[in-house]
Amino acid sequence: MFTELNSILNTSPDSFTQGEFILVSDRQSDASFLIHHFLSFYLRARCKVCFLGLAQSFCHYGAVSQRLGVSLTQAKEKGQLVFFEGLKECLSVLLPKENNAESGAMNFLRDPPVGLRSLYEFVRSSMIGSGSMEEGAEQWGPNVLLVDDLSVLLSLGVDVGAVLDFSHYCRALVCSQMQGNMVMLVRCNKEEDDDDDGDEGSEVLLKGLIHQCNLNLHVQGLPTGYCKDIHGQVCD
Amino acid sequence: MLHNIDVISSNMAAPMNSVGKTSADRLQANCTSFQKKTRSKLISIPGTRPSVQNGQLLVSTGVTSLDYLLGGGLAVGTVLLIEEDRFDSYSRMILKYFLAEGVVCRHELFVATAQDNPDEILQELPAPILDDVAVPKPVEQPRPTGEPQDSLDAMTIAWRYQNLPKVQSALASSSRFGHYYDVSKTMEAEIRQAAKCHRFYLPDHITPSSAAHSARVESYSALLKSLQEVIHREGFDLATPMSKSRNILRVGLHSLGSALWGDDLCCHDKPRHSHALTTFLYGLRALLRSSLSVAVVTLPSHLIQDRALMGNITRLCDNAIALESFKGSERETNPLYKDYHGLLFVRQVPHLNCLARQLPDHKDLAFKLKRKQFTIESHSSELKTRKVTQRLHLPPDLSDTASRVSRGEPVGVASACGSGASGTKNLDF
Repeated sequence: MFTELNSILNTSPDSFTQGEFILVSDRQSDASFLIHHFLSFYLRARCKVCFLGLAQSFCHYGAVSQRLGVSLTQAKEKGQLVFFEGLKECLSVLLPKENNAESGAMNFLRDPPVGLRSLYEFVRSSMIGSGSMEEGAEQWGPNVLLVDDLSVLLSLGVDVGAVLDFSHYCRALVCSQMQGNMVMLVRCNKEEDDDDDGDEGSEVLLKGLIHQCNLNLHVQGLPTGYCKDIHGQVCD
Repeated sequence: MLHNIDVISSNMAAPMNSVGKTSADRLQANCTSFQKKTRSKLISIPGTRPSVQNGQLLVSTGVTSLDYLLGGGLAVGTVLLIEEDRFDSYSRMILKYFLAEGVVCRHELFVATAQDNPDEILQELPAPILDDVAVPKPVEQPRPTGEPQDSLDAMTIAWRYQNLPKVQSALASSSRFGHYYDVSKTMEAEIRQAAKCHRFYLPDHITPSSAAHSARVESYSALLKSLQEVIHREGFDLATPMSKSRNILRVGLHSLGSALWGDDLCCHDKPRHSHALTTFLYGLRALLRSSLSVAVVTLPSHLIQDRALMGNITRLCDNAIALESFKGSERETNPLYKDYHGLLFVRQVPHLNCLARQLPDHKDLAFKLKRKQFTIESHSSELKTRKVTQRLHLPPDLSDTASRVSRGEPVGVASACGSGASGTKNLDF
């Protein structure tokens, strides 16, 4: 958790606005550090977090969070964190075995036109499921959904429209219905004024998400060029 | 470092099993939990070393200057993408260095090609510079007692030493990280055959008729399946218990994405299966993160028109470099580049298990393949720019940043929180 960012955004683990959709985007840089920030932020705020870690393994997120002062394994054991590890689940779809029980959330890998309905069902079941708690379970704060990152879904062949539908459904569920927060990361490749046909998909996705979100944190490189010490700038 | 034992399992890119498992391993190794924390419990794999930056387990690529660029070496569980040069000469060379390093470190190899037979690549591996490589002696037949010894072997003066075992002339290659190779010679067959090598030659696995009619690119699924089988069968999976000695699997994938793999990425502007390769790379990442393996993939990126797609492919690999050779281009005769064979661009370095990446100091790197070394260095030092301006009869540039004068410096490079991705626009003079 970065305290400077908290003071700039006027938030803290004790008080933050609910029902917000925060979009984290980057252009030719890497904004995943903001995802780590928000993950440790909401875990510290004692929220119930559902994290779709599609880009990296659980170990990576765990190691970074450890340095930020939060233990993901403990949060998972206590039931505060529901972690969906995309890399692990994808193997059961890409390399099917007979006796392998797959969760089905990644079955868009087998057939991209199917869309992200099963992934949404997974999110929904992890959020709604917290309503019926066992005796003695801890009470957690509002639900939070974190996604790292949506551009991986585009790389895996999912249609832009399907991703926008998914984010809309999640926003309706998490932000409106449950008054929780949502943070999603989307990454772009090319320069803004390039006229390449190639990256239309992620540009359309970015514009659609900017339209949906409440707050957009955009990370990009320094306009003056490469500098080893200062990596880039963040604007919102 | 929180877990003192099993440096590998706690600090690697690959995920480890739950904490409970490692403590179970720990209890198996010692009787009580009051065992003093000693370093002797660390399982060390020959040819690897922990990174000084974040404790990840690293292997050498076989090229020491490339190891330095990547932050000390290639982290186990990651992928290095090499964008091929036009004639696939230097990228193939780096792939061979990588495999040769695996042979010397006694790692296992997995080579997959669609074009040449994997054996051809294996036969071209450069010869290691021998004084520090253990050459396995052929197993001698046990002599039955009583048989007269061969008169040639009998020592006449130092006869007391007759019966001592013959000393191997090499120190263990595991104590050294990174070796040097002589590219004018190929590796001897007996050294090469000491290493276990798994081959995947695409024509053996896919019949052309079946590939043409399928809706998806079958070759990638077959490759992924074969790799998973090898990982599982040979015990590189992290899920198998850590009791026996572990080894690293080095995976070399040659010219992925080319038409010979059944993919039309390199042929069409709007490929039919534009997501086949990216899906494969995602599956490859999943396999590598959960096993003790490391992969080098070469890709003919100069054939892919879609830069956004290249961006996606690069993001799905952890390390990425691009090679551009001067052969056949006008730069070959350019006096600025006469010391080098080509340019090298670092497209991406990983930041696994930590927040920020280690960016290279310079963005203007060039390489040269010498007989005993593949060097990569910045081609515009302060000293050189003065020579450059003199050669071109330009007024001397009084600016601080030497890199402004260098050729090949991309314009408007947006480097940001550790991407190291250079733009594709080059300044051409």
